[in-house]
Amino acid sequence: MTDWIDIGTLADIPQRGARTVQIDGQKEIAVFRTGDDQVFALVNECPHKKGPLSQGIVHGHNVSCPLHNWNIALKTGEAQGNDEGCTPTIAVRMEGERVLIARPAAMKAAA
Amino acid sequence: MEFQIGATEPVVDSEEDILVPADDVREHLVVVGNGMAGCRAVEELLARDAGRYRVTIFGAEPYVNYNRIMLSPVLAGEKTFEQIVINDRAWYADNGIELVAGDPVTAIDRAAKRVTAQSGRSVHYDKLLIATGSDPFIIPVPGKDLPGVISFRDMKDVDTMLAAADQGGAAVVIGGGLLGLEAAHGLTLRGMKVTVIHLMDTLMERQLDEAAGWLLKSALEGRGQTILTGANTEAIYGDGKVEGVRLKDGTEIPASLVVMAVGIRPSTALAREAGLEVNRGIRVDDHMVTSDPNVLAVGECVEHDGNVYGLVAPLWDMCRSLADGLTDQHSGYKGSVTSTKLKVAGLDVFSAGDFSGGEGCEDIVLRDAARGVYKRVVVKDDKVVGAVLYGDTADGGWYFDLLRKGEDVADIRDLLIFGQAFASGGGALDPKAAVAALSDDAEICGCNGVSKGQVVACISAGNCSLDAVRGSCKASASCGQCTGMVENLLALTLGDDVASGPKTLCKCTSFTHDDVRREIVAQNMRSIPEVMQLLHWSTPDGCSSCRPALNYYLLCALPGDYQDDQQSRFVNERMHANIQKDGTYSVVPRMWGGLTNPRELRAIADVVEKFNAPMVKVTGGQRLDIFGIRKEDLPAVWADLNAAGMVSGHAYGKSLRTVKTCVGSEWCRFGTQDSTGLGVRIERMTWGSWMPHKFKIAVSGCPRNCAEATIKDFGVVCVDSGYELHVGGNGGIHVRATDLLCKVATEQEAMDYCAAFTQLYREEARYLERTAPWIERIGVDYIKQRIVEDDAGREALRARFLYSQSFSQDDPWAERAAGQHAELHQPLAPIAIAAE
Ligand code: SRM
Ligand SMILES: Cc1cc2nc3c(=O)[nH]c(=O)nc-3n(C[C@H](O)[C@H](O)[C@H](O)COP(=O)(O)OP(=O)(O)OC[C@H]3O[C@@H](n4cnc5c(N)ncnc54)[C@H](O)[C@@H]3O)c2cc1C
Ligand code: SF4
Ligand code: FES
Repeated sequence: MTDWIDIGTLADIPQRGARTVQIDGQKEIAVFRTGDDQVFALVNECPHKKGPLSQGIVHGHNVSCPLHNWNIALKTGEAQGNDEGCTPTIAVRMEGERVLIARPAAMKAAA
Repeated sequence: MEFQIGATEPVVDSEEDILVPADDVREHLVVVGNGMAGCRAVEELLARDAGRYRVTIFGAEPYVNYNRIMLSPVLAGEKTFEQIVINDRAWYADNGIELVAGDPVTAIDRAAKRVTAQSGRSVHYDKLLIATGSDPFIIPVPGKDLPGVISFRDMKDVDTMLAAADQGGAAVVIGGGLLGLEAAHGLTLRGMKVTVIHLMDTLMERQLDEAAGWLLKSALEGRGQTILTGANTEAIYGDGKVEGVRLKDGTEIPASLVVMAVGIRPSTALAREAGLEVNRGIRVDDHMVTSDPNVLAVGECVEHDGNVYGLVAPLWDMCRSLADGLTDQHSGYKGSVTSTKLKVAGLDVFSAGDFSGGEGCEDIVLRDAARGVYKRVVVKDDKVVGAVLYGDTADGGWYFDLLRKGEDVADIRDLLIFGQAFASGGGALDPKAAVAALSDDAEICGCNGVSKGQVVACISAGNCSLDAVRGSCKASASCGQCTGMVENLLALTLGDDVASGPKTLCKCTSFTHDDVRREIVAQNMRSIPEVMQLLHWSTPDGCSSCRPALNYYLLCALPGDYQDDQQSRFVNERMHANIQKDGTYSVVPRMWGGLTNPRELRAIADVVEKFNAPMVKVTGGQRLDIFGIRKEDLPAVWADLNAAGMVSGHAYGKSLRTVKTCVGSEWCRFGTQDSTGLGVRIERMTWGSWMPHKFKIAVSGCPRNCAEATIKDFGVVCVDSGYELHVGGNGGIHVRATDLLCKVATEQEAMDYCAAFTQLYREEARYLERTAPWIERIGVDYIKQRIVEDDAGREALRARFLYSQSFSQDDPWAERAAGQHAELHQPLAPIAIAAE
């Protein structure tokens, strides 16, 4: 059964921006909020050279990596265009204004 | 991105063809060699008749097809392997091509029409194409097989060199030709101490004459390489691995890496064993057919009409004739004339044709010692037969074109050596006219073998932007040296005004930068969503190209009024620090005019210790850079720096960076004015301003120009009678010296002109366009007209600049240090759950 972790409210994340979540001993997780207020979570590492995706520019349901501008789909973690690679995703659930991320998945993906 | 393809999967039944759909009845074309010629031949074939053949390509290297000539920039660190891939895996998949990489073909059975590879895999062919390239020649000296002795031919060699360079130490390159010098250059940049051993007395003796060879040698020595000409290698010594090279005269040169680059031999073993006719290379006819009508060969492995080639240009011609032959269109290959360029940054060397002189040849020579230029054009019977250019190779393409066409140059003989612009009567250099004057078959992109005619055809077919051209006919997609020519061809083909033509701001809109700027002002737009709405953006909220541009245009149009959109800024401008490759940041506090004092130095020293910064460095901009700060620590670092009176240096911004100064009249025995003081005052006036791109200023106290003012966006050179003002310099990727704007008498005027020029750039340049390309685009006369000739206009520009500055000179660090946007530096929730 999925175990959900409450990480804060929607308002804690800037629109077209991201915040990070650090879970003990695991890889950092980036939680994105898009222009249409959807929330996605990915491991905070670009598939290219591990750039911190949380610091990229969010447009549509994509983020452009701050280091070399790869374009990553927030939903799948897949690099777009000619680039190849994939960042692990973490399931997200909203309960009203609260944002929850899936714990076992987070543990696994970020391990 | 993963380009390497693992070893081929085990083959269950090696007698069977691989994966042939039962209903695929097409003829099977098997290509041996996944290199430049093999793949280009397939591309040419696909372009003519995509469905005609089923294609399988065998490659000995475990990679997709890459641009071999770009291995030099990869070694030098200018490109990554990803950037030199010509066809990625999607290309093979999309065209239904089977790629068997990492599995060399070991035998050809012509009677059974089968090839067999090392893994045992065996396939039947209807047509076979051999494109095995060349093997590096290894001189047979003792020690040649020691570990650490390599050649320079493929990606594996580059990897070996990079691994060796990581260990530091010394390298010897045997061979002072094109390949050897490019290897030596790369290894030098990678930090090795490099010695080049060359048998002949002149470097690149097959391409250069003595004078040019000497200039080249001096330049390379100036860069720290040791060049031994007339040197003969006797042995490579070492116990179990390379330890050095011994010359015939007894000299020993210690080295942990030896690169042999003494020449190449066509790779013909496979063809020879199969009983094909082989001389120096595999013999082919004008359609690249070997002595067996079902076997073709192309590239460096062939011999055509007695000639073998070692450069890419001839391969492109061969591949065209080959594909024509395979699709029953007959245009035979007629041999190629070649030209050579050395790919070593900052050293321009070009040669073509025959310059050995001799009966009836006349030499026309131009030397400009101050600029380090040497040009020699050899003319015979009123025709150009050879050219060697050193230091200024801009006219290489033109001479080469005259040479290949055998054009009569009697009429322009006197001006020939000054280059195309002079010889064709223009006097002033107009790059567009120069490109227009080229013939259709003149080569534009040497890396990808694309002619002017092909670029124009590609543009006419609807590829109306540089990116589209790069994606389609590949011109300018590799080293980028021909980008200017391609842009001019875009302008020529699409009508003069490419700006209002189809070069759009980005893929989200059909408007250009200039359109967008104009409309923002005309329609009084106030926010990014409003611009996107009114100008019919095709995406919901833009992309990482248009959002920062729009944010800047609005900011510039509405000073004090516009609500800056943080999420439309690149990370550096959002975090007010430069992101590093490990995700930490560097911090550069402003040091006005390069001046500092004990208090600032102490504060910096304390920050370095307190936050364990792994490095602190003096930058090229006359200030200190503190590296390795974590984003969580940034506000605290800034607070400490603020406390000592320091503010953000904007080393991260599309904004005013630094104002470099020299000591000037206060101390220097040559100083004519107070350059240091003026620099500080200019920096106080201009800091904090957002710009289309970064902006750098310098003030030198006399024409010796120690502050390098003539490669800055705005530069002041003090002279006895006042101040020379310079604009549009750039020290970056393409060095451009400034244009002289004017001379003024007083310091106040220097400041006023500076403010006006800065504002003109802010208002009229396109986002991410530095002053150098901007001025090249609009011309310095226009700037003079707006700044020098129009007093009222200049005053208005200056006033607008100062007004805008009144809103932008708040230290962004201070705000963050005081707690604003603290969330940007902190994780959302510190969650402590022990991992099970
Ligand atoms: C720190 C410094 C190197 C040093 O240790 O000396 C530096 C470091 C960087 N330079 Fe530079 N440049 C530095 C002086 C220069 C200079 C010399 C100068 O300013 O006098 C030049 C040539 C002059 C010029 O700009 O015309 C220079 C030409 C470039 C370019 C090429 C610009 C061009 O128009 O071609 C880039 C790439 C770019 O901007 O796109 C670049 C980009 C960069 C970036 C920002 C690369 C990046 O995107 O991450 C580097 C950031 C490092 C960091 O995190 O701090 N840097 N860079 C220098 C900082 C000066 C300062 O105090 O602010
Ligand atoms: C570092 C470097 C810089 C260069 N710079 C320039 C330059 O600036 N300008 C220029 O014009 N030229 C340059 N060249 C030369 C240019 O790269 C060659 O002319 C060109 O690559 C030749 O193409 P090709 O297809 O004949 O051979 P290659 O590109 O070498 O392709 C042959 C391929 O066949 C493979 N192969 C061989 N035998 C077998 C087999 N039995 N089975 C399967 N596969 C096999 C090889 O592994 C190789 O991948 C440079 C070369 C090098 C190495
Ligand atoms: S600091 Fe400048 S020159 Fe040095 S590696 Fe970075 S961008 Fe290149
Ligand atoms: S690390 Fe993300 S694009 Fe390079």
